[in-house]
Amino acid sequence: MSGGTFVGMPAFPEAAHEAVGNTTLRANLRHATHTIRDKRARAVAELDDWAELREAGRRIKDHTLRHLDHYLMRLEESVVRAGGTVHWAADADEANRIVTALVKATGESEVVKVKSMATQEIGLNEALEAEGIHAYETDLAELIVQLGHDRPSHILVPAIHRNRGEIRDIFAKEMADWGRPAPEGLTDSPAELAEAARLHLREKFLRAKVGISGANFMVAETGTLVVVESEGNGRMCLTLPETLISVVGIEKTIPTWRDLEVFLQTLPRSSTAERMNPYTSMWTGTTDAATADGPSTFHLVLLDNGRTDTLADEVGRQALRCIRCSACLNVCPVYERAGGHAYGSVYPGPIGAILSPQLRGTRSEIDASLPYASSLCGACYEVCPVAIDIPEVLVHLRERVVQGGEATRQGVKVTLKPAKGHAAERAAMRAAGLAFARPGALRAGQRIASRTRRFHPRMLPGPGRAWSATRDLPKVPAEPFRDWWQRTRGDRSGGTTEGNDA
Amino acid sequence: MRVALFLTCVNDTLYPDTGRAVVKLLTRLGVEVDFPMAQTCCGQAHYNTGYRHQAEPLARHFSDVFGSDAYDAIVTPSGSCGAMVRELYPRMGERARAEGRGEGLARTLAPVVPKTYELTEFLVDVLGVTDVGAYYPHKVTYHPTCHGLRSLGLGERPTRLLRAVEGLELVELPGAEECCGFGGTFAVKNSDVSAAMGTDKVRNAESTGADVLCAADNSCLMHIAGTATRLRTAVRPVHIAEILASTEEEPLS
Ligand code: SF4
Repeated sequence: MSGGTFVGMPAFPEAAHEAVGNTTLRANLRHATHTIRDKRARAVAELDDWAELREAGRRIKDHTLRHLDHYLMRLEESVVRAGGTVHWAADADEANRIVTALVKATGESEVVKVKSMATQEIGLNEALEAEGIHAYETDLAELIVQLGHDRPSHILVPAIHRNRGEIRDIFAKEMADWGRPAPEGLTDSPAELAEAARLHLREKFLRAKVGISGANFMVAETGTLVVVESEGNGRMCLTLPETLISVVGIEKTIPTWRDLEVFLQTLPRSSTAERMNPYTSMWTGTTDAATADGPSTFHLVLLDNGRTDTLADEVGRQALRCIRCSACLNVCPVYERAGGHAYGSVYPGPIGAILSPQLRGTRSEIDASLPYASSLCGACYEVCPVAIDIPEVLVHLRERVVQGGEATRQGVKVTLKPAKGHAAERAAMRAAGLAFARPGALRAGQRIASRTRRFHPRMLPGPGRAWSATRDLPKVPAEPFRDWWQRTRGDRSGGTTEGNDA
Repeated sequence: MRVALFLTCVNDTLYPDTGRAVVKLLTRLGVEVDFPMAQTCCGQAHYNTGYRHQAEPLARHFSDVFGSDAYDAIVTPSGSCGAMVRELYPRMGERARAEGRGEGLARTLAPVVPKTYELTEFLVDVLGVTDVGAYYPHKVTYHPTCHGLRSLGLGERPTRLLRAVEGLELVELPGAEECCGFGGTFAVKNSDVSAAMGTDKVRNAESTGADVLCAADNSCLMHIAGTATRLRTAVRPVHIAEILASTEEEPLS
């Protein structure tokens, strides 16, 4: 990922250490995720065909991904037919170059943006800024992040780590630098905060000539793009400016209009626990500006940036089914304590832990640590509306980190070397494997442990220290089970005895 | 009925009491129990840490030891090791096939997969009992460990068994379905987050006023117990097998 926002992140355990110690952050996150997860469970329980919907969503996405080349060509045709222009971007730099050139061609130096993860993934705002173009975020949470010189920490609620008091302070201090200042004497009441944001943003909407958006879905059949949102600010960005540039990951394609039926049921319930999201905006090509709302120029930038490489991986490709509902974040006990920033990407939580190391590769320290940022409890898989088996992919990526192996990078098959720093662990695993392959060795080890049990420390040395720093180790019993069994029932133990290994 | 006890390496080495409890309980219910001495480890720690290839010989060994027709079932007092065999052995077979290594591993592992049961599953589904004649006069709260809950889908089985225990008062654990933070090597690699999760689990258990925290997996209990003694809480972690094995004549702990 270029764009620089998260470059130089420490590995996950280190980044999480800080968050775990930050009690305000933990309280904010705990409150927010628990509220939404309970509501989600109720919204899902209302549908008696949830399991079928989940399966349908999984199948539609899998089918599309399997024939992605075909559907992308159809999509391009449809968009062009509707008066739009399609651009293909292989990576972040190319996408940023395309968008910057398009904005420059309009002669504008300001753009309004509707919340888009793809543009955050590629660091578009920073790329535009470098060329003297200011990008204004219009999603409320995004605005808070932008004004606070902060980074998003949640897919749906990027400012989830902030409480009302913090937001008030950010508005009061920063709004004036970006446009209309916050009203005098602003309090932290939600209504006042929302009104301050509304006034601040309205000024931007009415002035802007160029809008930049992402999309939740792209319908290949008709060339229609779809954004679902709660606030309606996105709709303003999609209708008011003359030029609209949509930057969308290629995996957001679905074949037909009919397929939307499934996702418009599962996405809002999984993400905001609503039966239907308040605003669903759909746009197809250009509109005649004289007679209707909507842009007279429309560009679609199709972003790869590691997606076809991900698609090449049989186990890992299921991550591309993700519809960014954020349900997995809200149930994840690790996300709840580590916070979104620890994941070092715009994609935090369980989905981030499997997506980032695939999009970016596992070379950096943070990417190599992400597959381990999970206890494999499986809560994420259980809630995922497109049934992504996140634990399965995590284990698969762990294998890539510790053992290396085949992967596709930039369209080329490569053999990855194991990540650094796992040599000791690999040796230990191999040794344990050898011991376990011979019960005699396991037994000998147990006996030594039993005999020396009085001398065992309650603190472990080396990497185990982290464990014993906060937890007591169990006492080694005087007699392992197998010795007891042999002592008391040895005569009755079946045909398989210790004798036939060794 | 003749079953092979798959005790798991952790129980064998650190928690022999659980093994003795399973033997006592199953024998009382008329089941003939054998402990194949050649058993070692199912390979879960290897597999989940990313050492699938190192886990393969362990899985083969498991199948050699437990695959015998002489056993009607393989019973284990561990949700996570049970899930390893039932859920992940077939997956290991599939992966080996995808890597062009043919049917070999899949065929070797196939016989043990459907025969492996976690203890409470075996009691309720195979033996068809919920009242195992136990007596345990304590206030108990139950933590459904993640693999038992989500991989094996144990559901109500453990709590139905506990409710039938004479003298036992079962109280609900707040946030029961949340992970305790063990997760094998996770506890070491992400020790801060793991400890925070364990602390919340212990505090939740404490809030119920129970004197015993029960689960069907000693690995999770080890993590919870290690946290509990640090926090100096009175709640005592106990494996469900030990509760079910306990009788008025022969009380356990
Ligand atoms: S992985 Fe599943 S649960 Fe998580 S954000 Fe994506 S669709 Fe939602």
